Amino acid sequence: MKQTQSCADSLQQARLARYSPGSIKASARYLWPLAALMLLLAVNLLLDASFFQLSFQDGRLYGSLIDILNRSAPVALLAIGMSLVIATGGIDLSVGAVMAIAGAVCANLLLQTELPLALVIAAGLATGIAAGLINGTLVSYLKIQPIVATLLLMVAGRGVAQLINQGQIVTFLRPDFAWLGTGSWLGLPLPIWLVIGMFALSQLLLRRTALGLFIEAVGCNATASRYLGVNDKAIKLFVYAFAGFCAALAGMISAADIQGSDANNAGLWLELDAILAVVIGGAVLSGGRFSLLLSVIGVLIIQSLSTTIIVSGVPAKFNLLIKALVVLLVLLLQSDKFRRQLSSWLPKLRKWRKGDKA
Amino acid sequence: MKIKRLLGATAMLVLSSSLALSSLARATTIGFSQVGSESGWRSSFSESVKQEAAARKIDLKFADAQQKQENQIRAVRGFIAQRVDAIIIAPVVETGWAPVLREAKRARIPVVIVDRNVQLNDDSLFLTRIASDFTEEGRKVARWLMQKTDGNCAIVELQGTVGATAAIDRAKGFNEVLAEYPAAKIIRSQTAEFTRSKGKEVMESFLKAEQGGRNICALWAHNDEMALGAIQAIKEAGLKPGQDILVVAVDGVPDYFKAMADGEANATVELDPHLGGPAFDVIAAYLSGDKSIPKYINNTGELFSQDTAAAEYQKRTNK
Repeated sequence: MKQTQSCADSLQQARLARYSPGSIKASARYLWPLAALMLLLAVNLLLDASFFQLSFQDGRLYGSLIDILNRSAPVALLAIGMSLVIATGGIDLSVGAVMAIAGAVCANLLLQTELPLALVIAAGLATGIAAGLINGTLVSYLKIQPIVATLLLMVAGRGVAQLINQGQIVTFLRPDFAWLGTGSWLGLPLPIWLVIGMFALSQLLLRRTALGLFIEAVGCNATASRYLGVNDKAIKLFVYAFAGFCAALAGMISAADIQGSDANNAGLWLELDAILAVVIGGAVLSGGRFSLLLSVIGVLIIQSLSTTIIVSGVPAKFNLLIKALVVLLVLLLQSDKFRRQLSSWLPKLRKWRKGDKA
Repeated sequence: MKIKRLLGATAMLVLSSSLALSSLARATTIGFSQVGSESGWRSSFSESVKQEAAARKIDLKFADAQQKQENQIRAVRGFIAQRVDAIIIAPVVETGWAPVLREAKRARIPVVIVDRNVQLNDDSLFLTRIASDFTEEGRKVARWLMQKTDGNCAIVELQGTVGATAAIDRAKGFNEVLAEYPAAKIIRSQTAEFTRSKGKEVMESFLKAEQGGRNICALWAHNDEMALGAIQAIKEAGLKPGQDILVVAVDGVPDYFKAMADGEANATVELDPHLGGPAFDVIAAYLSGDKSIPKYINNTGELFSQDTAAAEYQKRTNK
């Protein structure tokens, strides 16, 4: 009951955010993740003065900032899909494995057939949608818990990808497909454009139609929304298929980037990064509230952090520890309770310092 | 009564010796427990063992453990139950092998450890270990690089997975040699987890942080896959890998030989995947009564450079 109440609150908030963009409550949601991102970038600037330098080279912008955007493309795509799944109260652990499958399918088609590029891409995307439909059917029609249903494909999917590749890393030499990962258009690497395109498309689909509202409603209370005439099963099936589609696109970018399909490592653990990004973006895992923009900001925070660690020159064994601490800090900053606690300490601190001087 | 017992004993002896004879007459059966098929190198390792067994008419029982030790232990127990003549294990992890090896010893089945190491207090639990010396690989690469650059080089290092024996020991060997050359030093070092995509990502950052790569004289990667990713990053930064930045690594996968043949990489030490031959040799020697088998057989591969790369690539892809 209480959850439904808070869900209704957040729905109300979301509606406010959507229809009155100037409201303080809505902007506060964006403030902390953005502040964290700025802070990370500032740290990078301290570490390396040339960090913000951009130059124009080989027909595209070149620099660390572009790298961060480019490198975060696969996880950003995963996070866009994951946001919707999480908004319905579900979770999709299989997206990393789906990336590997899509990459393997494309690599083998490129190597063994003479299919035109468009068909290869279509086949990769179809694989992702098929994987998503399997997840969606298990969750919505067979009522298997999402974490269990998608765990199946997370474990088995990588096996399928290895089977397609016959245990090898399949490399291909096809500049046209590699363009997906390494090409550029209007001065920006293509993966960035793919994320922008996917983001814009999803945002239009979700906010210009009732779909976004339906998804949030199903996440808040599936039964209630069914009584209101929302086909909750179809909505769930759709979000998983959508996540599969995003994962396939991410998988193809990764494969194109290294011009090879590595079934063991492509997309490995990226599902966790995607979930983390969505959570950093302030979504609730029990469903209901989501913001694609905040999820993408979450991805940028994670990727900036990885870049910071590489540039900083700390020994590699500290990587994961640092990552964990920074993520914890970002999550704490977003917690109202923690901030209130912090601000209640501040006067005390000031008093203490005054006392010190006197 | 006595005669009867004696007769019985003789009969047993005859029976058992004829059994032993028949086991010699039929093909040797060898059980092989492999880690899995997680990399191209691992697959060619498995393939080579299978081919070698077929060539020697050995009945090979192959078990893929899918990176799990429990599967390996189960497989080894299965081999013992089937009374194979010898067991080859390519262990997933170093610890936890004593109980199952003791079972093998009790069944008098010799065990050969290949590739990764095992930690045991009791050396008698296995016949021998055949492996490449990772430290020596690192030394070989470093010596080549120091010779090439006259000991004056700013190196960036792509480490393997944190904690992996291959990563730790290759770094150790490389740094040992580097210590003799004061003008050479590692200016940046970070893990790229043995994968191509991480290699590319980390190298991109290194290039940005070192004035677009102008400060970097050489790239040293703990395996070929990371180097292959890094080569792409170097190319995209507008530099020539192999010339502007020298590239050295370890493993000797076919793709890397192609990169060397194209002039984009400079040297690699082969991590020999053909461990089947030496293992079968040792087992054959042991079964025919040779008891003087050393506990460690070094199988470190050769260093290959661009000179022979094209021919080697042909050889490796035609197979």
